[in-house]
Amino acid sequence: MIEVENLVKKYKDNIVLDSISVNIYDGEMFSVMGPSGCGKSTFIKCLVRLIKPDGGRIIADGKNMAAIDDEFELAKYRRNFSYLFQGGALFDSLNVMENVCFGLKYLTDAEPSNYERIAKEKLSLVGLNNVEELEISELSGGMKKRVSLARAIATEPKYILYDEPTTGLDPVTSETISDLILDMQKKLDITSIVVTHDLKLAFSISDRVAMLHAGKFDFVGTPDDFRKSDNSVVKGFINNSIIDENNHKNGRE
Amino acid sequence: MKYFFQQLGQNFIQLVNTVGKVSFMLKSVVVWLFRSRLEYEEIVKQAVRIGFDSLTVVCLVNFFTGMVLALQTGYSSKNLFNEPLYIGTIVGFSIIKELAPVLTAIVVAGRAGAAVTAEIGTMKVTEQLDALHTLGTNPARYLLIPRYIAFIVTLPLLTVFAGFVGIMGGFVVSLVKLGVPSTVYWNDIFTFMEVSSFMHGFLKSLFFAFIIATVSCYKGLEISGGAEGVRKSTTESVVTSMVLVLVLDYFISAAFVLVGII
Repeated sequence: MIEVENLVKKYKDNIVLDSISVNIYDGEMFSVMGPSGCGKSTFIKCLVRLIKPDGGRIIADGKNMAAIDDEFELAKYRRNFSYLFQGGALFDSLNVMENVCFGLKYLTDAEPSNYERIAKEKLSLVGLNNVEELEISELSGGMKKRVSLARAIATEPKYILYDEPTTGLDPVTSETISDLILDMQKKLDITSIVVTHDLKLAFSISDRVAMLHAGKFDFVGTPDDFRKSDNSVVKGFINNSIIDENNHKNGRE
Repeated sequence: MKYFFQQLGQNFIQLVNTVGKVSFMLKSVVVWLFRSRLEYEEIVKQAVRIGFDSLTVVCLVNFFTGMVLALQTGYSSKNLFNEPLYIGTIVGFSIIKELAPVLTAIVVAGRAGAAVTAEIGTMKVTEQLDALHTLGTNPARYLLIPRYIAFIVTLPLLTVFAGFVGIMGGFVVSLVKLGVPSTVYWNDIFTFMEVSSFMHGFLKSLFFAFIIATVSCYKGLEISGGAEGVRKSTTESVVTSMVLVLVLDYFISAAFVLVGII
């Protein structure tokens, strides 16, 4: 379980996370929603300590990682986490196989002779076969997300953090990726935290959703409760998302 | 006047800020160097990119520099003394102590330094540096240390090679254009040159390698703002490396002279 207590993050005078508290339970699919620039990515980057919070505690498996400053301690702590970056963040200088195997060397005790087998297995889990030798520049947007997902699950983490997993993808590929995320959750029994402004994705995969607004969680609850919520920020977000989707559809027609 | 002092103050603050950040980067490199295993595969890859891939340009530049040096010295000497005197000595000393280390450093800064800045910068912009953290390693360990080692190992080797090629360039001109017998040319070199002369250039190249590695890695890590940021930082990296090499060349040379490495 990850316990977040009074998490604070400021950029100069701009308070992005204003004393946020939330518990994320084991095996749960937790989504954080909110408009662009509201601090969703900052929130999960704080969880994995890519960003140092200015205050508060992040307790994962009993350890307060907000207080860890030593890079080596942090590296140990991060063993339980995987992070799926918005743009994939695949290493251009390495091919697909090398990318998927990358974390195995640093985060696991797996024998190097097993790397190839593990990578093929994970790539197959995300629906990719015979792509091991391809360069990253040869992959489509959807394939990049899948390879990133394969890299994220290769180390068998306890927690996976998804940063806008469907952004920039067409609707069909978005749906495939959301199916994949659900599939991974069921097969691997991991705790997932998804940051998104895609309502459809959040409703289809989440056990609980949270609405981040003005540095605070305005709502935390099930997707059903989210739909029915009287909270003006939640209502506004849903309405705007629907308008955006309709505009998008009309534009297409 | 007020504006002038304002600018001066701002520049000073920026300089202190940069020195601080560079110190933190160097500290990180040293800490990870001693606390983690070396990335041998990455070191070899970088050594090939930085050293081997620069070999042709370095040879070309130094060969022609040796040639033109012999030509100018030869004809100047002919005008003064009616015959080309001490061509080998002048070419040898100039190339080994000064031109080979400086020209090689400039070529490597322009070629490999720019590439290192652009590569690290692009990795930063596309969150690949963050990905390194989440995958259990660190940019210092995986990117900086291999590049530092590659620069520090390959630049002195390139300099030695460049020195030889430069002297060969001078030899060709003095033999073909100036009619200096080959034994005279080589005698002119070996009569006066000592091991310390060679060490003067060789040790200087070690400093240059460190400067180029530091500037190119730092500029890469500091990139922000997408493609425009990469363009700006890459240019700054090359210009800063070249200026530092040329300016520090004097001070390093003066220090060597002071301790007797001449």
